[in-house]
Amino acid sequence: MSDDKNDPVEIFRGHVELDYQYTAGVSASRFLRAVEQGKFLGQKCPVDGRVYFPSRGSCPMHAVPFGDDSTVELPDKGTVVTYSIVRVPSENIPLELPYITVQVLIDGADTALGHVLDANLDDVRMGMRVQAKWKPKSEWTTSMANIEYFVPIDEPDADYETYKEHI
Amino acid sequence: MSEPSLTAPHQLSYTYKRSLGPVFSKFFTALRDRKVLGMKRRDGTVLMPPKEYDPDTGESLDEMVELADAGVVTSWVWVPKPRRQQPLTQPFAYALVQLDGADTAFLHAVDAGSEDKMSTGMRVKMRWADETIGAITDFVFVPAE
Ligand SMILES: [Zn+2]
Repeated sequence: MSDDKNDPVEIFRGHVELDYQYTAGVSASRFLRAVEQGKFLGQKCPVDGRVYFPSRGSCPMHAVPFGDDSTVELPDKGTVVTYSIVRVPSENIPLELPYITVQVLIDGADTALGHVLDANLDDVRMGMRVQAKWKPKSEWTTSMANIEYFVPIDEPDADYETYKEHI
Repeated sequence: MSEPSLTAPHQLSYTYKRSLGPVFSKFFTALRDRKVLGMKRRDGTVLMPPKEYDPDTGESLDEMVELADAGVVTSWVWVPKPRRQQPLTQPFAYALVQLDGADTAFLHAVDAGSEDKMSTGMRVKMRWADETIGAITDFVFVPAE
């Protein structure tokens, strides 16, 4: 395909689309129903006490199922453990360039959540304290899309020692 | 478990651009002009679709030759319920078609109307789209008579 009918055709535009009916399963369904209520749920491994967030049904380290009693509620605040400034567009990401992607370690969790941070490019840093910016409550559904992005909060940076195992 | 599992449609899509390079650029540009180019190997046989390198010897190839817009079905399968994004919305056949002048067959769609019109060895010809853009979807095959 080319823009001009006389130009040679030099580019192939590929578009792969796969349609699924996704079934969340017990653990992710419970997680998403909590997100609908504005809450974050993690699951604590009965073997070593690590908290997995989002919750996932079983521990990938110890291969033990997470029972209902393993569920723990977490806050919507956390620490940026790593980040990237994105300057290259993706056709299916409607964000204005440049934007910041972050891995956020939610307080009390041992696994990081990937999301977008609304902050000045010069300000973002490892250890930065951030909080989820939720959509208006009337728009909440059983979806992580309830969280629009993360925003910096006015708290001292987390000490590197507190998150170095989670980068 | 008190509540049933959540379920929702999920679409995974992946868009990308690929540089065609000199050989495929010629091939697709020719398609836009409603011509089909194969690639002649040193032994005189013709590859369709064209290849940049000889699959046996690895040598570079650059002698493209125009092929007929008709050929023979060497194998086929009927698609009774086409899915979204398949080349035709009505039932059709996927077929390996060896164009006249080519020594290899390639996969494409045959708009045959019904399965009983399909047979191995049948003749097919290209039916071009009203507007060609330089893509493999610029044509489909139809039974030739
Ligand atoms: Zn574990």
